[in-house]
Amino acid sequence: MNFVRFAVRRAAEMAATLLVASFVVFGAMYLAPGSPASFLLSGRSASPEALAAVNAQYHLDDPFAVRYLRWLGDMVQGDFGRSLTYRTDVSRLLADRLPTTLLLITMALIVVVTVGLLLGRISAVRGGATDSAVLVATTLAVGTPSFVAAVLLQGLFAVKLGWFPSGGAGGGFLDQVWHLTLPAIALALYLIGMLARVTRSAMLEALAGEHVTVARSRGIPERQVIRRHVLRNSLGTVLTTGGLIVSTLLVCTILVETAFSIGGIGQLLELSTTTKDFPTVQAISLIIVALFMAVNLIVDLLLPLVDPRITLGTRGANA
Amino acid sequence: MSTVLTRRPGLAKLRVRSGRSPLHLVCLGLVASVVLAALLAPWIAPHDPNAVDLGAALAGPSAEHPFGVDAAGRDTLSRLLLGARTSLLGPLGVVAFSTLAGVAIGTAAAWRGGWLDSLLSRATELVFAFPGMLLAVLVISVYGEGLLAPVVALGLAYLPYVSRLTRSLVLAERARPYVSAYRVQGHSALQICLRHILPNIAPVVLAQSTINFGYALMDLAGLSFLGLGVPPLTPDWGRMVFDGQTAVQHGYPLSAILPCLFVVLTVVAFNVVGERWADRVARRDR
Repeated sequence: MNFVRFAVRRAAEMAATLLVASFVVFGAMYLAPGSPASFLLSGRSASPEALAAVNAQYHLDDPFAVRYLRWLGDMVQGDFGRSLTYRTDVSRLLADRLPTTLLLITMALIVVVTVGLLLGRISAVRGGATDSAVLVATTLAVGTPSFVAAVLLQGLFAVKLGWFPSGGAGGGFLDQVWHLTLPAIALALYLIGMLARVTRSAMLEALAGEHVTVARSRGIPERQVIRRHVLRNSLGTVLTTGGLIVSTLLVCTILVETAFSIGGIGQLLELSTTTKDFPTVQAISLIIVALFMAVNLIVDLLLPLVDPRITLGTRGANA
Repeated sequence: MSTVLTRRPGLAKLRVRSGRSPLHLVCLGLVASVVLAALLAPWIAPHDPNAVDLGAALAGPSAEHPFGVDAAGRDTLSRLLLGARTSLLGPLGVVAFSTLAGVAIGTAAAWRGGWLDSLLSRATELVFAFPGMLLAVLVISVYGEGLLAPVVALGLAYLPYVSRLTRSLVLAERARPYVSAYRVQGHSALQICLRHILPNIAPVVLAQSTINFGYALMDLAGLSFLGLGVPPLTPDWGRMVFDGQTAVQHGYPLSAILPCLFVVLTVVAFNVVGERWADRVARRDR
């Protein structure tokens, strides 16, 4: 199978799964007791105008299939409907908040990748006491939910020591980075532990390979052996965690943004869940799922380039 | 089912050989004491978890309140002990549901193959795209806050992990000679699966479920922290962190740090015990 065909097939599969996911997101509201209109307006004044607006947005007068397709069409075109709480377009709410969340996720991702790879590498190469220390640290990190990390970091570095602000997203770029440092670390902690463990075991596996012994016996410097023959060989395994890392980051922003009261997508999802603002919940859920699948697709396509031993299409079954 | 399981050599050997690593022993002890605390909570808690003593609000540790008092004047130790009940009951529900349903679906898919198998792998892919927390939030936004809706949602989200594991295990067992032997003797497929395959794969699946327990605890505590899980007055670790967060910002971190500590220790303990178990089973199989 050549690369293009493989790429097209994976993309088609992704689109199909995304379609089903969108159906789940859409259909969820029909699980609620009562009529869709009364559910969507729950807790709000059911004035004739509000009812008409909801009817128009969700095409409630049409049959179910038509309703779903029209909703899907709107979503694809970037029309996410109107928020019932904020009384503005959901797309505008998202556009205001997306940059903050993306910055937070990018910062966390940088921390995860650098620290996680470094710890895993040190742990695998040095062994002994270093290895044990890293193992204990990663075991703790993997057991720490991001909201716990957020509250602890906030209590220590923001309230007690006063090094960082305890909440908010800040103004200009540098101020934003300063405000988002603690949240990014809180978001990254769990994933650092996970990535370090994956890197460690992948590198240990590569270290045990015969090619490493051969390279060493030929007198190639150890650092070069590690970089060229061990690290590169384990990159494929590490890369398969990419989708999981991004989806965990996206989902955990709900917790971390709420803990630090950062006005991003995660906090918006939390607020719209408590206020039963279903159009907003639908839009954010769909965006998170779509982003996750896009990352997974990219990983799938990158994998054969990073590790030519992987034949196209075999990863889908075991990753 | 449990009588079948305890007779298996795989599980019996485990108990004898597990006494080597001190970390593992400590974690086993932690799991046991947390479960014991949850069971005995109403009798050993020194105060009513919802009794309010506003005069003592945010007081530090004292003889009467060993772990201090939270911002609403409630005894932290009592809330921690009773909170262990809700905090463990939720993950237990998630793990029980996902294990039972996952094993049933995984076994059926591996044994029957065909459309059932491909349906399973499609469904697995779909659920992988929906992180458990997101599915739970979606369900909560429809059904409202409470413990049941998130438990069912997380149970569904964890199901494919169990069913995929079971499927691969059953496929491997199915190829073994003993299965053909039973088939030749005329045992029904159901009988072979329940009496012979299931006990053989149980240790691996249960080890995975132990690890899942820790993850479910993390997810459910997170939902409670958002105020989307248990109802407001219920003592629950995640909820206690939520309640204590304002106090943290005012420099009284104790009532939030303690439940944080309990969450981390419990999750780590369950993870270590589960991983150790999985390691042992893997070594036995080899």
